[in-house]
Amino acid sequence: MCNCNSSGPKSDLSLLDGVLGEYGGVPANLITILQKAQNIYGYLPKDVMYCIAENVGVTPADVMGVATFYSQFRLTPIGKYLIMACQGTACHVNGSERITAAISEYLGIGNGETTADGLFTLENVACLGCCSLAPVIMINGEAYGNLTPDSAVSVIKSIQEKEGK
Amino acid sequence: MRIVIGEGSCGIAAGASKVRAAIEAVMNANEPFSLGSTGCIGMCFLEPIVDLYEGDKLIRRLVKVTADDAQAIVDCARSGDLLLVEKLVISSEDEEFLTKQTRIALRHCGIIDPVSLDDYRAADGYQALEKALKTMTPEQVIEEIKISGLAGRGGAGFPTWFKWNAARQSAGEEKYLICNADEGDPGAFMDRAVIESDPHSLIEGMLIGAYAIGAKEMIVYVRAEYPLAITHLEIAIEQAKKANLLGENILGTGFSCDMRIKAGAGAFVCGEETALIESLEGKRGMPRLKPPFPAQKGYMDKPSNINNVETFANVSWIINNGGEAFAAMGTENSKGTKVFALTGKIRKGGLVEIPMGKTLRDVIYGIGGGIRDNKEFKAVQMGGPSGGCIPAELLDTVIDYKALAATGAIMGSGGMVVMDESTCMVGMAKFFLDFTALESCGKCVHCRIGTARMQEILTRIVKGEGKQGDIELLEELCEAVKDGALCGLGQTAPNPVLTTIRYFRNEYEAHINDKKCPAKECVDLLTYSIDAEKCKGCTLCAKKCPAKAISGAVKEAHIIDENTCIRCGQCVNSCRFGAIIVE
Repeated sequence: MCNCNSSGPKSDLSLLDGVLGEYGGVPANLITILQKAQNIYGYLPKDVMYCIAENVGVTPADVMGVATFYSQFRLTPIGKYLIMACQGTACHVNGSERITAAISEYLGIGNGETTADGLFTLENVACLGCCSLAPVIMINGEAYGNLTPDSAVSVIKSIQEKEGK
Repeated sequence: MRIVIGEGSCGIAAGASKVRAAIEAVMNANEPFSLGSTGCIGMCFLEPIVDLYEGDKLIRRLVKVTADDAQAIVDCARSGDLLLVEKLVISSEDEEFLTKQTRIALRHCGIIDPVSLDDYRAADGYQALEKALKTMTPEQVIEEIKISGLAGRGGAGFPTWFKWNAARQSAGEEKYLICNADEGDPGAFMDRAVIESDPHSLIEGMLIGAYAIGAKEMIVYVRAEYPLAITHLEIAIEQAKKANLLGENILGTGFSCDMRIKAGAGAFVCGEETALIESLEGKRGMPRLKPPFPAQKGYMDKPSNINNVETFANVSWIINNGGEAFAAMGTENSKGTKVFALTGKIRKGGLVEIPMGKTLRDVIYGIGGGIRDNKEFKAVQMGGPSGGCIPAELLDTVIDYKALAATGAIMGSGGMVVMDESTCMVGMAKFFLDFTALESCGKCVHCRIGTARMQEILTRIVKGEGKQGDIELLEELCEAVKDGALCGLGQTAPNPVLTTIRYFRNEYEAHINDKKCPAKECVDLLTYSIDAEKCKGCTLCAKKCPAKAISGAVKEAHIIDENTCIRCGQCVNSCRFGAIIVE
């Protein structure tokens, strides 16, 4: 455990012990460590990044540089359901923009934002590779294909019903 | 009998897991048949697919299977009565999708169980490795690859033997062999299919490459978005280690080599080899200046060689069958076969592997069955954000590195997105510029600023705010970005713009001069009106209109208020009389 001088909410840094034990101390492992840390916390809290910087032996700015370079890393918490809206070429040709717009309008959130109830985060992502099902969205790992703006909103509604909203 | 479910990512996305669960639910403890799994069969348009085998022989291929079909499939497997599943059997026309292909890189995909070393071995697996290690010198391996004419399948088409030889000649004991599986082109999934469906073939191809260059460690850099590929490769690596195919003293030959996986974190530029190396070292994936080339100074400043997944997937076939057999296929400049991911407005989308030298028409019409919904073919986009759009008049272009480059597009890694008359080509160029502007790493000014300016110009054109001289300005920027960028991302980012201007200049002009989108896709340029002759006054469109822009009395022709209309198209979808005019 390290003493970090960062402000903001305090994370339970002891959760990192296993990851740092296996990969720590080696700058080349920075991306792997950040990936594992994000799996633990759901995103990369500031104090966690400070802690990793100290352990790996790079500056906090280096860690921030890497964390903001790669699209996989998130600096804010995400909703219970992560809606990944595919922006691949096949989806584009088959009307993905209208799908994203419909979801965005229905939930009142834009790309990268989370609903106030903490249920949904909308994220535009690079090709998911299910091109034959275009346009596609993926929610918590499950793919929904051949969507229309209406059917996309229905998918969201069915999750809301399941959650009793 | 054996029931085999196609469980690649596409199959699962289409519902293969639900089919498996339904079949398992109706199975008893001691069934006279077994249930197995295979990877991507490549016929995405027919997923989920279930194959019925008798011994090694495929007796029926069932397509578009749903959970409701589970009972019939199990009853058929119990009784052997194939009539029970007759309605699910693939049509002879659809079967041609596979029979017209020549599969080398995909030779095991959709046939073997991806996580069974026994299956891979039964399909001649690891024989090429044994042959190379026990009967060939590293130089002989490189010579065989040279004879084959194998070129890098990631897009650039650089001769594989040359890179291997340069890494072999480089001084130093510590060398690395790296596989680029950071398949980032939107619309491409060839490499994912190979790793998911045939991971041992990648390991074997890489081991032969490692032996040739003298590497003791191999790293596979895989996109994090490919979880199933990573899982299958992890399992295959463990199996190979246990079978003495990886690690110390492989097959008792004295050759030692290890392998590990590194998951990418989502950055398109990491498909560029020096950016990939930076990322492997835990840094921001920003390209390095070349020279020194990776063969001299790569990962950890040691000699390194990087090839794409599909390149490696061809290697063991070449060693088994000889370089000449591979070189016998294709054209003078381009040897062997190439895998394409055929998607977009195509009737039959999926993975297509064909010998070089076939035409685009052979792929799109011969195998893909042409355009969906009887629409007109307009263009095919090849090579993703680095490639270009090839128009209908060039459909007979042969698939060959030089011939495709002459069109302004590139062979690319294999993405082939088909577009019909309803796709706006200016919108297509904007789509790719949105992508490259976002993915530009920011190192080179021309790429960072140039792509942003091009994106701005294209955005104003599709919004109807294009100005005279915008096309010329785009062309000038394209040349500047090409010249001023360090790596392939920037050097090729202008290609989608240049090719659409070259072949579809009239569409740009229509947007700028007439404020019209000929494909009727750019929302800001559309006007909606009602044909008074056709309108019956049913009021349905007025009820559906979310902006309350439509008015009119019952049984009388309605009108749309252009200023209130938000151009959502709901009225077009609701009108049963075809009375809405979109211009």
